[in-house]
Amino acid sequence: MKYSVFSLLKEAFRGHTGWTPAWRKAEPKADYDVVIIGGGGHGLATAYYLATEHGITNVAVLEKGYIGSGNAGRNTTIIRSNYLLPGNEGFYEWSMKLWEGLEQSFNYNAMVSQRGVLNLYHSDQQRDAFARRGNAMRLHGVDAELLDREAVRRMVPFLDYDNARFPIHGGLLQRRGGTARHDAVVWGYARGADMRGVDIVENCEVTGFDIKDGRVTSIDTTRGTIRAKKVGLAVAGNTSRVGALAGLRLPIESHVLQAFVSEGIKPAIDHVVTFGAGHFYISQSDKGGLVFGGDIDGYNSYAWRGNLPTVEDVMEEGMAIWPGLGRIRMLRQWGGLMDMSMDGSPIIDRTPVGGLYLNCGWCYGGFKATPASGWCFAHLIARDELFSVAAALRLDRYATGALIDERGAGAQPNMH
Amino acid sequence: MRIPCPFCGPRGNEEFTYLGDASVQRPDPSAPAAAQAFHDYVYLRDNPSGLHQEFWYHGGGCHKWLVVTRNTRTHDINDVTFADGGARP
Repeated sequence: MKYSVFSLLKEAFRGHTGWTPAWRKAEPKADYDVVIIGGGGHGLATAYYLATEHGITNVAVLEKGYIGSGNAGRNTTIIRSNYLLPGNEGFYEWSMKLWEGLEQSFNYNAMVSQRGVLNLYHSDQQRDAFARRGNAMRLHGVDAELLDREAVRRMVPFLDYDNARFPIHGGLLQRRGGTARHDAVVWGYARGADMRGVDIVENCEVTGFDIKDGRVTSIDTTRGTIRAKKVGLAVAGNTSRVGALAGLRLPIESHVLQAFVSEGIKPAIDHVVTFGAGHFYISQSDKGGLVFGGDIDGYNSYAWRGNLPTVEDVMEEGMAIWPGLGRIRMLRQWGGLMDMSMDGSPIIDRTPVGGLYLNCGWCYGGFKATPASGWCFAHLIARDELFSVAAALRLDRYATGALIDERGAGAQPNMH
Repeated sequence: MRIPCPFCGPRGNEEFTYLGDASVQRPDPSAPAAAQAFHDYVYLRDNPSGLHQEFWYHGGGCHKWLVVTRNTRTHDINDVTFADGGARP
């Protein structure tokens, strides 16, 4: 069923009795051309673009729980393409362009809101670094504006500009950045893929791979064995665990990242604002809750929950730019599992196992990358070649030295 | 999460700094396949879901490096020793 104002009107006149489920609960078949492991945003986007861009529809997406129950449902929903390095910037800008046409493309309201992403700077040195990043963005054809203190004050007057330790000197603004509704992105891709014949199999955990002559032939799951010509792994957070089933040892550590929502308040903050002296980012959801987060907890974890020192740290950073936050109660907090790669950038590549493809290492940046990740991964699986904007996101870059280290922190995942 | 430091006793994890996997061993740079061995040492990790041996530095206490055996699923700590093998700082 195509969603439009006419279908809405038609259903309004018959009491909304005609809506059908947005996707089927598929039973796994014995044989597929492509199996995607991981029913999050990236896996479903991959299946969607395999169907729409490459005409491959004999595809299954296997999900351990329900779709979108992992990091796709546990992030702070920010979309942006304000990166410095060439290997990243083209990729994230591709993602931004896909976000801009996404809702029309998959006929679903993902509530993409280009409200602007404002990165604050707090010193002359940081202004220079941000100017450099803005220039790098503009060289890639991406919008970037360096704002001074007064221009920032006009946008967000309630911040603490004269904080003794972290005074706000200005900001780097990407107006096309913003937020999207994370669950709707998952549902939109699921519906779009399902409409084109992709089977979305939930409650189906992969327990092993059958590898013959260096090539994956079938997958063992809790719902039986499934043969597949090609297998794509999109299980960020659990990549090492699932990869180990296929004999892979990867440049990944799993870390927990916490996020927070306050009680609902009237519209207060119109943009996504980030604190440059630490790591803190905040926006306001359509329900009114302030959505914010900071650093990862900093040690290997599969626990899906974090610890209190990080909560305290995030709140302190929030108070440093917006003292008014202290009058608002925090409502909820949650933790997601980040695939922290060794250089802080993602991997979309083949693996040493034939027919097995890898999509992992998203660190903090998985949600905004969802469309381009799916697009590039689908291209890789369908044509066995890297898509142009993802050509640098290779697995062998750790051996060749062609790292993409935005932060310049070295092979220390908890520093990225 | 509280880490039972063998010298200072149980302390909050905000007193400690994390380094990472304590099971990786620096390879011999003069060995024939040293480049590959260093790649594995610097970049590849087992990243287990379960018991993990890891280095923590007690900067807010006795300034000793510790090897902590911790369950990454539950944050339970099974064992803590000094990284240099000594009994006291």
